[in-house]
Amino acid sequence: MIRDITIGQYYPADSILHRLDPRVKFVGTIMFLVSLFVANSFWGYLLATVFLAAVIIMSKVPVKFMLKGLKPLFFILLITVAFNLFLIPGKVLWQFWIFKITQEGILQAVKIGIRLIYLVIGSSVMTLTTTPNQLTDGLERLMRPLNKIRVPVHDIAMMMSIALRFIPILMEETDKIMKAQIARGADFENGNLIQKAKNLLPLLVPLFISAFRRADDLAMAMEARCYHGGENRTSMKPLKYHSRDTSAYLCIFLYLAADIAIRVLI
Amino acid sequence: MSIKLEHITYTYSPGTVYEMHALKDVDMEIPDGQFMGIIGHTGSGKSTLIQHFNGLMKPTSGKVLYNGQDIWAEKYDRQKLRSKVGLVFQYPEHQLFEAEVLEDVCFGPKNLGLSKEEAEERAVRALTQAGLSEKFYKSSPFELSGGQKRRAAIAGVLAMEPEVLILDEPTAGLDPQGRDEILDQIASLHSLRGITVILVSHSMEDIAKYVERMIVMNKGEKAFDGVPREVFSHYKELEAMGLAAPQITYIMHALGERGLHVDTSATTVEEAKASILQALERLDK
Amino acid sequence: MGIVKAIKLVHDYYKYDESGHVEGTYRALDNVELDIEAGQFIAVLGHNGSGKSTLAKHINALLFPTEGALWLDGMNTTEEEDIWKIRQKAGMVFQNPDNQIIGTVVEEDVGFGPENMGIPTDDIWQRVNESLEAVGMTAYRHHSPNKLSGGQKQRVAIAGVMAMHPKCIILDEPTAMLDPNGRKEVLRAVKELNEKEGITVVLITHYMEEVVNADKVFVMDQGKVVMQGTPREVFSRVEELKSYRLDVPQVTLLAYELKQAGVKIPAGILTTEELVNALCQ
Repeated sequence: MIRDITIGQYYPADSILHRLDPRVKFVGTIMFLVSLFVANSFWGYLLATVFLAAVIIMSKVPVKFMLKGLKPLFFILLITVAFNLFLIPGKVLWQFWIFKITQEGILQAVKIGIRLIYLVIGSSVMTLTTTPNQLTDGLERLMRPLNKIRVPVHDIAMMMSIALRFIPILMEETDKIMKAQIARGADFENGNLIQKAKNLLPLLVPLFISAFRRADDLAMAMEARCYHGGENRTSMKPLKYHSRDTSAYLCIFLYLAADIAIRVLI
Repeated sequence: MSIKLEHITYTYSPGTVYEMHALKDVDMEIPDGQFMGIIGHTGSGKSTLIQHFNGLMKPTSGKVLYNGQDIWAEKYDRQKLRSKVGLVFQYPEHQLFEAEVLEDVCFGPKNLGLSKEEAEERAVRALTQAGLSEKFYKSSPFELSGGQKRRAAIAGVLAMEPEVLILDEPTAGLDPQGRDEILDQIASLHSLRGITVILVSHSMEDIAKYVERMIVMNKGEKAFDGVPREVFSHYKELEAMGLAAPQITYIMHALGERGLHVDTSATTVEEAKASILQALERLDK
Repeated sequence: MGIVKAIKLVHDYYKYDESGHVEGTYRALDNVELDIEAGQFIAVLGHNGSGKSTLAKHINALLFPTEGALWLDGMNTTEEEDIWKIRQKAGMVFQNPDNQIIGTVVEEDVGFGPENMGIPTDDIWQRVNESLEAVGMTAYRHHSPNKLSGGQKQRVAIAGVMAMHPKCIILDEPTAMLDPNGRKEVLRAVKELNEKEGITVVLITHYMEEVVNADKVFVMDQGKVVMQGTPREVFSRVEELKSYRLDVPQVTLLAYELKQAGVKIPAGILTTEELVNALCQ
């Protein structure tokens, strides 16, 4: 069920991708997302496929694990593809009542489908190979210039990393609360929308109360361990670029350049 | 009238790398009115087991029968089953949600389709049986002490008037006296209402003191099933499973080895005291 | 002066009404006097609501006295400039293992304290390595805390405190949410820290079996220290303990009952061996 969501879950393995600096991975992911929108031809998509496949192989994360991340998005994917399939005007191939499938529609639907799937897999490669802490460290460093305009970059990064740690815990808790209420005859499945929303109350109230309690406890535990914001804080794993990071940057830029070249030339 | 499990197997994520057998071919019958204990360390399968009793989990293979009927048969009303087989989970915080205790206890009966009056009537009865005083009926359940919360949660299940009451570690986190009070309350419920009680616990001492039959779970299998004093005589095997017999068992065995003729199957302080006094008397003569 | 010293320590919780006015007070600590020598293993017993957790939070300067004072290693907890030094010297382990682990990887969590203290990177690694080794969790250093058992999580929490190089470690019911195996695991780790590293331990609990080996036991009730002494002294007063909603280990209770029945055995028996030896002379 809800536990299947892999976004934000780290998959421990010893790979070159795991060792890369999170900043590289973050920038790389953005570049890859950009490239998906640049690509517009068969060759462009082929290049993206090869690039993504290479990255997945290098990551040593089982493909099955990555595909699992698509499950919760399946519905959105289906709707988007369907919209494109039926609503794009053009050369009609097949018609039924008001539904028309056009050549352009098929093409567009395939493109959007691929883009969405690659988008999700591309970003989960980053979250699967980077611990949430490294990820937030990376973000913190990349966003540091924003400190000058008084954006509390450290606090935001800390909040994100805590949220990521507690997602699986709260998921499990949701499951337990649901079971406790079902044991008292609660019904989370039947009824109309309003009833359904009302029926969620016995789930949401205990969940919120528990979340607040946890937040309280955690704040106290952090204070007890001398946490006082980002000031004078050192880092156990400071971010330092290595030669592999430079090479990785180079690869990413070459890939993007090739992608643009295909778009312009073909 | 009984709960019967036939060859129950439960497998998590079958067919994947995460495949795990939580229960392996478990057979048991719990007759009406029994006070039974289930013990086992974390991951032994006891939590999975109790969720099979009221149909919260569906066995991968095997049958669960309640009063002779297969609860996973097509037309079986499992919602009704859950009112007959009440399950109180470990943390009362997971079920309390209303603004007032009385209202919260009404949640179960209301789900059974009872009117407000009937539900309240049942709630009051349940709260009395759970030993929560009337002055807390209008309090917020979140302001109660640990022991009181536990009582409110038990009442919330009792209000459905179940024939079987399952309690998952009802004493976790309570202080010694709070623990004794809750267990005494449960014992009196058992004798007063004659319902079947299934108590899941980590504490061998509590099990020894209260239950008439105990089941030891280990690695998803039923390792022992019998009266406590008989099960505790296997204390060496229990230890190998990461469990232990009550301290009394060890004392009695140690005394026996030193030549004092005591009853090594004693499991409670009272039994041990009587047996040691008797043995010492015999020695004096 | 001992490492922890409290004089006439009082703590009142205020209850506010909806408009923010003080509606009433609740006295959680009532004239507590405490003097703990460095290197000791101290146990604080008491039922839920007896004030023992409030006391623990005072040692770590998470709460401040309403009246009286508490010194940690000679520093008054109300001195604001010493607050971070106090929190570093008095490490704290809480009850719920999930709600005190901040890192998403074991070793990163252990490094959290030293990072906050501004320790240089190389030293952090050394401290993390030593601390994980001390609690026997080195093999799990790259794991996610969510995948560990309760006992293992608590050992990680202890390592997280150890990495701050405290002089004293306060454990607030660290075993209340664990199963018997987890409980044993955590106690073994705590005992070892006390014996090998000489760290002062303040263990707050209501499990009597856990305090048998303590150097000194304090019993709290209604915010007051009502009994203190060695475990043997305290446990020989069975009836008094019961009046404070506590009980004694089964072996102590049995010995007490036998003694009441006229059997000649010494008072305050703590272990099976002692009882067996006393009965089979």
